[in-house]
Amino acid sequence: MNAAVAEPLRVALVGNPNCGKTALFNLLTGSRQKVANYAGVTVERKEGRLRAPSGRTYAVLDLPGAYSLQAASLDEAVTRDLLRGFYPGERAPDVLLCVVDATNLRLHLRFALELRELGRPMVVAINMMDAAKRRGIEIDLAALERELGVPVVPTVAVKRDGAHALVAMLDRIAVEPREPHEPRVRLGEGADLHAETRRLLALTVTMPTRTAKVDDVLDRWLLHPVLGLLTLAVVMFLIFQAVYAWATPLMDGIEAVTAWVGEWVKAALPEGPLRSLLVEGIIAGLGGVIVFLPQILILFAFILALEESGYLPRAAFLLDRMMASAGLSGRSFIPLLSSFACAIPGIMATRSIQDPRDRLATILVAPLMTCSARLPVYALLIGAFIPQREVWGMLNLQGLVLFGLYMAGILSALMVSWVMKKWRRDKSEHALLLELPSYRIPHPRDLLIGLWERAWIFLRRVGGIILSLTILLWFLLSFPGAPEGATMPAIDYSFAGRIGHAMTAVFAPIGFNWQICIALIPGMAAREVAVASLATVYALSAADDEAAAQALSPIITDTWSLATALSLLVWFIYAPQCLSTLATIRRETNSWKQVAISAGYLFALAYLASLLTYQVAVALGAG
Amino acid sequence: MKLSELPRRTAATVESVDDQIANDTIARRLRELGFVSGERVEVVAAGPLSAEPLLVQVGYTRFALRRSEAARVQVKLLDAEPRS
Repeated sequence: MNAAVAEPLRVALVGNPNCGKTALFNLLTGSRQKVANYAGVTVERKEGRLRAPSGRTYAVLDLPGAYSLQAASLDEAVTRDLLRGFYPGERAPDVLLCVVDATNLRLHLRFALELRELGRPMVVAINMMDAAKRRGIEIDLAALERELGVPVVPTVAVKRDGAHALVAMLDRIAVEPREPHEPRVRLGEGADLHAETRRLLALTVTMPTRTAKVDDVLDRWLLHPVLGLLTLAVVMFLIFQAVYAWATPLMDGIEAVTAWVGEWVKAALPEGPLRSLLVEGIIAGLGGVIVFLPQILILFAFILALEESGYLPRAAFLLDRMMASAGLSGRSFIPLLSSFACAIPGIMATRSIQDPRDRLATILVAPLMTCSARLPVYALLIGAFIPQREVWGMLNLQGLVLFGLYMAGILSALMVSWVMKKWRRDKSEHALLLELPSYRIPHPRDLLIGLWERAWIFLRRVGGIILSLTILLWFLLSFPGAPEGATMPAIDYSFAGRIGHAMTAVFAPIGFNWQICIALIPGMAAREVAVASLATVYALSAADDEAAAQALSPIITDTWSLATALSLLVWFIYAPQCLSTLATIRRETNSWKQVAISAGYLFALAYLASLLTYQVAVALGAG
Repeated sequence: MKLSELPRRTAATVESVDDQIANDTIARRLRELGFVSGERVEVVAAGPLSAEPLLVQVGYTRFALRRSEAARVQVKLLDAEPRS
């Protein structure tokens, strides 16, 4: 028995997608969860501790959902290998906890039978017993247990004591480990699991209707070609508004606190490189990481609620045809929409796309959606160069240009994904085969745990990269310092300044002067910093970003040509230089190659488009 | 008749799922999801653009299938045979 205390029994939750497995996992382990990735892949590994009332602890692993052990996706392959004990660095679980949805037994029992054939100790948890009761579904649990030959327990994952019988069963197995007793019908090699499932259902389950009434009614409305799309548009508008507008005051608050802490440290420490590192490197870098959290949390609150409620697959259903023609899938829509606020939460949201190829395509085009950080740059340039003029008596030319910039981003994304679809070697058919589960009311506990995981993953994995890159950038911008009696701004003498001057050779054909080139370097930390950096390069002292833009406007109107301004506007449609986005791509694809591909193609597109714009504008006399 | 040709809200049963290529993983997955001989199916709804994808009820579950996927499933109308 001592061995059992030292080494808790390893229980693996396994089941079909949408069986309520994760809700049950959350109920069993609460906040005692660890989220990581399986070695070498981007499949999420969730492990937690269950402390039973008996005092025993269990190590509970939430395996990725699977329909079958004949894996059709990376998730399913991980589940298959782990269950068979083949997964490198993972031991096979001691007990399989097969979770099945009481309202969906025709599908789920087949997988339970497949799992039973593995011959490991196993418990079947008939989940969502409450929903089954409401629909008048009766399940003879004792008969099912007898026919299956493995223990069967009822669970209700959304009730506080819904796993009572399950935990008691685990305690019994922990005391006297036993092999599963002989099932009533022994299945041979290549047996028909469907036939056995039908036999079990006929023997043990009475089902008044094949579907829930509420699903029929909701689907009739939410999947309607007109009403469904209308509802979807309203939902999307709400999400976009929330991510864009609700997050802004929080982000302003975080920026204000960062600035305040920076000022405080500045006042407390003597002038020198240490103070500069602390204020401009570490504090500014940390602030630059945390500032993304409001958008990420708000977006994921919506996505988790939509996913849990069953609406997200419906949205994918409505949009699949449209997105498929551009080489994406219906599930790409929400990540791309949220990328208009910021590509970072958008790219993180691609986790809801199961197909790896579709997911990668979505990640690669997400940075082409015009994020809110590009707006200050657009506003400065449009205000300085595009005249306030009415077009066709009702439209404003400045507004029209802004709209054009947004559209250019969207069209480029469609083009890029379409080209990727044409070019990729793997032209095999990728199935949609999407289950539309029953509608459910999301449980607040599951939403909170999900949000906590997203925030934690972002801070730990992406935050580290962003912080170190910000410090590197600080170093390039601050060293070497300006010599005695310097006449130019300090940034001119720094490494960044020298790089900026050297860059001019490359950027002259697209009309960028050395001031722009230098400003592009700090703009890598965040695109909106480019405006403040331009002000620094032009040796303007400005209290904040707004004042910087106001002071800059007359200077650039005098010293830049229209062609240069247009070229810079077009450059920012593609803006390949957002380090945080690249850091997120690194984290989400687990590959530097994808980072290089996205940075490379964005840079190439930006350069080509700016070159075209500048040369055409010069030829037309705007140089 | 192919499942992709089945009129909406018409009860039918599956006859078979055919491999379109050798070792067709999509056909295999369809069988695993319950598209097996004798199972009742029904097309419940279709997407807004060119009626794609299809929403298909099989067993107690609803799946969205593209037409190319549904074309692998051979069905026959339920009324064509005496009810069991």
